[in-house]
Amino acid sequence: MSALSVLFRRELSLAWGRGGGPLYAGAFFAGTAMLLPLAAGPEPQKLAAVAPGAAYSALALSSLLSLERLYERDYEDGALDLLALGRTPLEAVCAVKCLAQWVATGLPLAVFAPIAAIALGASPSLAPLIVATALAAGLGFAFVGGMGAALAIGARRGGLLITAIVLPLYTPPVIFGAGAVGQLASGLPWQGGVLYLCAYCLFWAAATPFIMAAAVRNALS
Amino acid sequence: MIHRLAIDRLALTRGERRLFEGLSFTLAAGEAIALTGANGAGKTSLLRAVAGLLRPESGEVRFEGAGGVVLEPEDARSAGLHLLGHHDGLKTGRTALEELDFWARWSGGAPGPAIEALRLQPLLDLEVRKLSAGQRRRLSLARLLAAPRPLWLLDEPLAPLDTKTRDQVGGMMAEHLASGGLILAAVHDPLPIPTRVVEIGA
Repeated sequence: MSALSVLFRRELSLAWGRGGGPLYAGAFFAGTAMLLPLAAGPEPQKLAAVAPGAAYSALALSSLLSLERLYERDYEDGALDLLALGRTPLEAVCAVKCLAQWVATGLPLAVFAPIAAIALGASPSLAPLIVATALAAGLGFAFVGGMGAALAIGARRGGLLITAIVLPLYTPPVIFGAGAVGQLASGLPWQGGVLYLCAYCLFWAAATPFIMAAAVRNALS
Repeated sequence: MIHRLAIDRLALTRGERRLFEGLSFTLAAGEAIALTGANGAGKTSLLRAVAGLLRPESGEVRFEGAGGVVLEPEDARSAGLHLLGHHDGLKTGRTALEELDFWARWSGGAPGPAIEALRLQPLLDLEVRKLSAGQRRRLSLARLLAAPRPLWLLDEPLAPLDTKTRDQVGGMMAEHLASGGLILAAVHDPLPIPTRVVEIGA
């Protein structure tokens, strides 16, 4: 078995335990999404109109939860030294960590997202597009979030720093994803938004491993 | 394969502080060097610089292969050394076996021989958080045997160990040297093997 596949399995099992793992993220997601009807009033008409948007905002916020531990724990316990010393390029190590973060957090959230949207009154026919765009957005959240986490290694109150770095970069997936679903709901062409979403997330997935590796090397030196 | 490590007029700084400068020594296959020096003299930093984690301010860390051929530092490091530091990289919530198995496979080895050599069998199912400091150190020493590497960089390798395990680890080091290995260890107490002593910050 290759080094990267054993790393992926380890990261997945750690992510499951990190910050409570997917269940906490799911509970946080449900909680955030359900604040909306309490804040905006329960009229079905009004809620249905903003349901996709509410689901996406909650998605972005829930994706922040476990980022702080993504690199920090490995940094504190010395594992990051050993990972940086291995035969495997550090860029690949960083990419694998983010992929595991995506699978552990993004995947479950992509399942919760349509449930939350439908509960708020979105039409069930939107569910497939919500799942697909939530998956794509989750990929972007994981890699952009990983970049924030790598830049914040060793910082005091790293969680806040990560949020400050990452949240502005989380807005395009929210705009494109919720926008595409909104377009579909009103019978308009939605493909453009999805393409922009995918392009945005793939760009960060390709670019951030280099940034993360540089940030890790800097933190270790 | 590393046959010789040469430290050439090395200077290291941490932040504003100069740790040492003009440090030169060589370490050949089959040899062990004990780095001594006061706390904060830069022993750990030197090990990290040899591993490539720290960039020296000036000077050079050179790895030579058979016949004195100078090796690419990247290649020499990625397949040629183990670093055993103060922080062992072990995750407290996972079992000893899971951790050993991961680090063995990560370095392209297998946990089997190490479990035997360091009497780890009774510990394997325990979570790392339940291990004593000495048991934990044994587990991280096992990484050295799980995947063979010529150069061992060891930071206080014997500190938390009992006498019996110290002897055992001494035997492990002697075997490593006999098979052409190199050991560079930061220590306060002498190692149970013949060593040359290099004092840092003298």
